[in-house]
Amino acid sequence: MPAIAAEGLERAFGEVLAVQGIEISVEEGEIFGFLGPNGAGKTTTVRMLTTLLLPTGGNASVAGHDVRSEARAVRASIGVALQEAALDPLMTGRELIRLQATLQGIPTAEGRRRADDLLERVGLDAAADRRVGTYSGGMQRRLDLAAALVHEPRVLFLDEPTTGLDPVSRKTIWEEVRALNDDGTTVFLTTQYLEEADQLADNVGIIDSGKIVAEGTPERLKAEVGHPHLELRLADGSVAEAERRLAEIGRLLPPKDGRCVLVEVPNGPADIPRVVRVLDDAGIAVESLELVKPTLDDVFVEKTGYHLASEDEEDAETEPIG
Amino acid sequence: MSGLATNLRVVRGLGMRSVRQTFRRPQLIAPIIVFPTLLLAIQTGGAAAAVELPGFPEVQSFLQFMLAGAMMQSMMLAGNSGGIALAVDIEMGFVDRLFAAPIPRFAIVLGRLAGTAALGLFAAIWFLAIGLIFGAEIEGGVPAALLAVVLITASSLAVGGLGAAIALRTGSASVVQGLFPLVLVLLFLSSAFFPEELMVEPAQTIAQYNPLSFIVEGVREPIISGIDATDTLVALAAILGIVLVGLGLSAAALRHRLRVG
Repeated sequence: MPAIAAEGLERAFGEVLAVQGIEISVEEGEIFGFLGPNGAGKTTTVRMLTTLLLPTGGNASVAGHDVRSEARAVRASIGVALQEAALDPLMTGRELIRLQATLQGIPTAEGRRRADDLLERVGLDAAADRRVGTYSGGMQRRLDLAAALVHEPRVLFLDEPTTGLDPVSRKTIWEEVRALNDDGTTVFLTTQYLEEADQLADNVGIIDSGKIVAEGTPERLKAEVGHPHLELRLADGSVAEAERRLAEIGRLLPPKDGRCVLVEVPNGPADIPRVVRVLDDAGIAVESLELVKPTLDDVFVEKTGYHLASEDEEDAETEPIG
Repeated sequence: MSGLATNLRVVRGLGMRSVRQTFRRPQLIAPIIVFPTLLLAIQTGGAAAAVELPGFPEVQSFLQFMLAGAMMQSMMLAGNSGGIALAVDIEMGFVDRLFAAPIPRFAIVLGRLAGTAALGLFAAIWFLAIGLIFGAEIEGGVPAALLAVVLITASSLAVGGLGAAIALRTGSASVVQGLFPLVLVLLFLSSAFFPEELMVEPAQTIAQYNPLSFIVEGVREPIISGIDATDTLVALAAILGIVLVGLGLSAAALRHRLRVG
């Protein structure tokens, strides 16, 4: 029996169908990466699977329990760390984990022991008696993760656990997720970061506009996309002319920006001299050229027709300069 | 451990968090303790001669008369603050952490109300202590003091239910905070700060049927003259009515919130 299963799962908000009949099957001990842009339906799906939101259609079960009729049994089997760590800034880290243990029905003495162990495990033992409001973003995510683990859940839901974190904090979370998975915990991880899904997930589901558009292992999905592509950055603005000429060599992919041309090369590196010759004959100067093997971004583009914003772009959008 | 014992531990744990949260957030504790204490000081300092008015109840001092009003004000604002704190929990997503736990979801509301009741208990003891320190006598003695504490604690829980219902329905701290003036209006339209007999119409009629007046008299009588069974029973009935309305509205608002997400 899968650890998580959804059949035709739907959620409507008024006239808007946020999640449109998705099918998911996550096996015990698997890390499932649920990849998609903001507003794609990732969080709504997680909220339904964690019994925080009633589905308006379809069925779902978690740890063998139906999310509608056995909601409390589902909640006893899962750990949840939701998007934007929902922590009380006035509590200390230790108080929060102890409260979480109480909520899970763990006896007081045992709850205290587990709180101490978990705080040490996520490297927060020194900050345990400080108020959460004084923690950095990375510390808050680690505390949130520790709270989700206090009852040793069979299935762990992590909703964008590294969004907004610096690379070091992100790596720390990744290591912890891998360690948990090594111990047998099934992990359902939503993310908008391609690298995160690629690094962590055994299987990936790509969601766009409420529908799953691709599902499989990262390797299989990338293989399905097929050929590698060349990413050419042009020195001048002759993108249209370059695209017209390169279309004879391979399929053009949606460009990342106005100075870039992406073209599939069916023969891989062997096509590079031909590409260079074609552009040289047209007098188009190339600033840089890179052969790119298929990535999950290519899978995403293939299935949706547009790029998922990269981490750098995300950072650029969210961190104004100066 | 039985389900009931586990649920009681959850209610206690959430209640303790609620009390800690209040004491750690000045904007929550100030309306409960600081403002009513200042108002009590100003009123007893500036209007002490009111006891000389014809028709004013026979009291040892204006402070003795005002203790019940101060406790009522504190209790009402504790209920309002509890609603604000619950709405803040909803706004920042903390409630989702509680909803994702394998506990009856109404235990979350009861935990918040337990915290509000504890604050009511604290407020009742605080104002009785202030009264005693500044010379007010409790005519009914220790039983009267205990009765006042019990009525104020129970009232806090009752009014907290209304605050929780509004918080759950709106999910907005600013909406619940916006009820602050209404709380004061309801208090001034009761016998909390002035004897009903000396009010002018229509305030007098409103105060006569205001449930808060029934509770105030249940708290005041033991302090100014001694325990009266009728006043006590009327106060308890008023509290019970508010409890039932508050819990009923909270349960409905909780169901609505869980349905719409």
